Amino acid sequence: MTQEEIIRPENKVYSRPTFLTDNYTHYCPGCSHGVVHKIIAELVDEMGIGEKSLGIAPVGCAVFAYNYIDIDWIEAAHGRAPALATAASRLNPDMLVFTYQGDGDLSAIGTAETIHACNRGENIAIIFINNGIYGMTGGQMAPTTLLGMKTATTPYGRDAVLNGYPLAITNLLAQLDGTCYVTRQAVHTAAAVRKTKAAIKHAFENAINKCGTSVVEIVSTCNSGWKLSPAKSNEWMVEHMFEKYPLGDLKNVESIH
Amino acid sequence: MKEEIVIAGFGGQGVLSMGKILAYAGLMDKLEVTWMPSYGPEQRGGTANVTVILSDKPISSPVLDTFDTAVVLNQQSLDKFQSKVKPGGTLIYDPSGIHHLPTRTDIKIVPVDAMTAAIELNNSKTYNMILLGALLKTRPVVEIDAVLRGLKKTLPERHHHLIPLNEQALRKGMEMA
Amino acid sequence: MEDEIKLMKGNEAIAHAAIRYGVDGYFGYPITPQSEVLETLAELKPWETTGMVVLQAESEVAAINMVYGGAATGKAVMTSSSSPGVSLKQEGISYLAASELPALIVNVMRGGPGLGTIQPSQSDYFQATKGGGHGDYHLIVLAPSTVQEMADFVALGFDLAFKYRNPAMILADGVVGQMMEKVVLPPQRPRRTEEEIRSQCPWAACGKGGRGHRNVVTSLELDSAKMEENNLRFQRTYREIEQNEVRFQEYFTDDAEYLIVAFGSVARICLKAIEDAREKGLKIGLLRPITLWPFPTAEVARLAKNVKGILTVELNAGQMIEDVRLAVDGAVPVHHFGRMGGIVPNPNEVLEALSAHFNI
Repeated sequence: MTQEEIIRPENKVYSRPTFLTDNYTHYCPGCSHGVVHKIIAELVDEMGIGEKSLGIAPVGCAVFAYNYIDIDWIEAAHGRAPALATAASRLNPDMLVFTYQGDGDLSAIGTAETIHACNRGENIAIIFINNGIYGMTGGQMAPTTLLGMKTATTPYGRDAVLNGYPLAITNLLAQLDGTCYVTRQAVHTAAAVRKTKAAIKHAFENAINKCGTSVVEIVSTCNSGWKLSPAKSNEWMVEHMFEKYPLGDLKNVESIH
Repeated sequence: MKEEIVIAGFGGQGVLSMGKILAYAGLMDKLEVTWMPSYGPEQRGGTANVTVILSDKPISSPVLDTFDTAVVLNQQSLDKFQSKVKPGGTLIYDPSGIHHLPTRTDIKIVPVDAMTAAIELNNSKTYNMILLGALLKTRPVVEIDAVLRGLKKTLPERHHHLIPLNEQALRKGMEMA
Repeated sequence: MEDEIKLMKGNEAIAHAAIRYGVDGYFGYPITPQSEVLETLAELKPWETTGMVVLQAESEVAAINMVYGGAATGKAVMTSSSSPGVSLKQEGISYLAASELPALIVNVMRGGPGLGTIQPSQSDYFQATKGGGHGDYHLIVLAPSTVQEMADFVALGFDLAFKYRNPAMILADGVVGQMMEKVVLPPQRPRRTEEEIRSQCPWAACGKGGRGHRNVVTSLELDSAKMEENNLRFQRTYREIEQNEVRFQEYFTDDAEYLIVAFGSVARICLKAIEDAREKGLKIGLLRPITLWPFPTAEVARLAKNVKGILTVELNAGQMIEDVRLAVDGAVPVHHFGRMGGIVPNPNEVLEALSAHFNI
């Protein structure tokens, strides 16, 4: 079989999502962000919402998310994405508004904005990348950093007395009356990616149908920050992160109303 | 015409609302008005005061150091504002609870026992309207009709049945002054 | 009905004027002495009439970031607060300026620093006119001295903000916020339609909506050459604003031998002092800057040529005086009289200060 015979439209099994731009990402090899970006780009396309979607980018590794997914974006100040999303969605009820945030952004500096947007039941989707570390600024401790985990600011390992405990903020958010769907997923295997895609799709549908706030936490790796290879990072995540942050739905109600 | 008035007393005595009704009456009479309250925790106790200016010309400063008329409803207010009445001006005060009487001789001093009168009317809330009546009798800066029209405008519909009682209190105050 | 004369507080006037301007959203957090803005909006329920969104945020930080989010979608959005709250908003204000977004911020100033006092002050002049947050930027700063101006400056603030794609601030003080005066409210304007927003604000991130390309609202630019270019563009806008938008009011300056420069409620106290002084034969004039940024520099310089001295009167330790001195450039002596801690001077004190400084 010649090459020409193989490269035919009917043989094509995969193509780049239309809503993924041609820009090279700045993410490290093995980083979970790229996978989640692709999921969002695919969903925007499949759900036919590319013309009415608005993403709110965080401060953190995903600060340049707006360079990669071909929809309208606003770049928020650190931690404030849910506040921006609140106003954008209330003022533009026909738009799908979602935030894309890391653990520092969502569960440290932006804790108040996160909790109150969820508590008000804003019709937005929150996509939360939890890799237990500050990637962009060079591997410092995050609220979600596990006990004993070494980071640039916990060089001897996170100590509960010194640094407090790892914060499972998603569990907190699940208890709020404003959230309709709170789930914890991962993207380390093909099956996990499919589940995450279904979860984000459900979150987007909830936002569009005005059912309340949805939170999709994606337990992720940061091989650069963790100083492990991508494969080892996945193993480490399964072994350690999943213990504190177990996967699965924490809440799934039809609507908060 | 320009009348610079200060009303002062305890928070809860209706100081601010008395000033407000007066300001509304000025509005009804097509005057320029300013109403400048002391604000903050005073409103919930302590001493509150409000400066009301009524004028047929645009008003510059809403904040004043001397007044044509002072209405004082407690000792602290009397002590504070007696000296700030312009010579020839008017000081109206409620003698209940006043131990040190006003001493100025170059101003008109009008005691109005509004508390007793309010009790006679079986409604302590008419207190400030009695004093307003006394003020209007002494310094007829606005028509009583303007006050009533102002009341109608400011009171929510559900309180309109109280307007006759307020009118009664106003007239009582006018008699007393 | 529409041009009916009303009696209301400055804070209430802002709320009424916002609805009538067709503002799309208000986001605020209670703080004395400006809470009546949010309270009045809540009572008027504009979401049932004009469709205006009104939301009590969890903090001033959240409120200004809601303004940022709303403004980025092309909507006319605003917030209000008082000094400590406005300090909290500075990060968001810097982002608004850097992202070239129109928005209106109201500061009904109280005395500081710190928690300070709830009584009136003008001690946020530096913060408002020199930027306030991080980076090189300016707000268009309007200083109302009457309740009528509180109402009028909502429209003016938004018009300027949209004209120059730059946030505007109403810098009021506790006196103007809390006092009641007559006010004529503007007629109700409809809120802009989605189509109008898309055509008037082609930069708005409100969903691609068939535009053919995506809009990204961001203040981030890691390429230094490009970031400098952004800064130069902002500066060009500021020069244009300085050229076109200086506003002020003069009283008795024709024959004035001494000049008072004061803004906001203090300008009215000074006007009363000047009226009293003129009765005694003292020729004093008043310049009231309406725009604190851009500052009426040329006007101050022109007036300085004809007077023997200038007194600035402010509810602070001397902030605007720096701009006055820059404008006067040593031509005549410039002195400051101010009260702090929430104390508002009366007209007599102003006259006393004037005589003390200039031996008149």
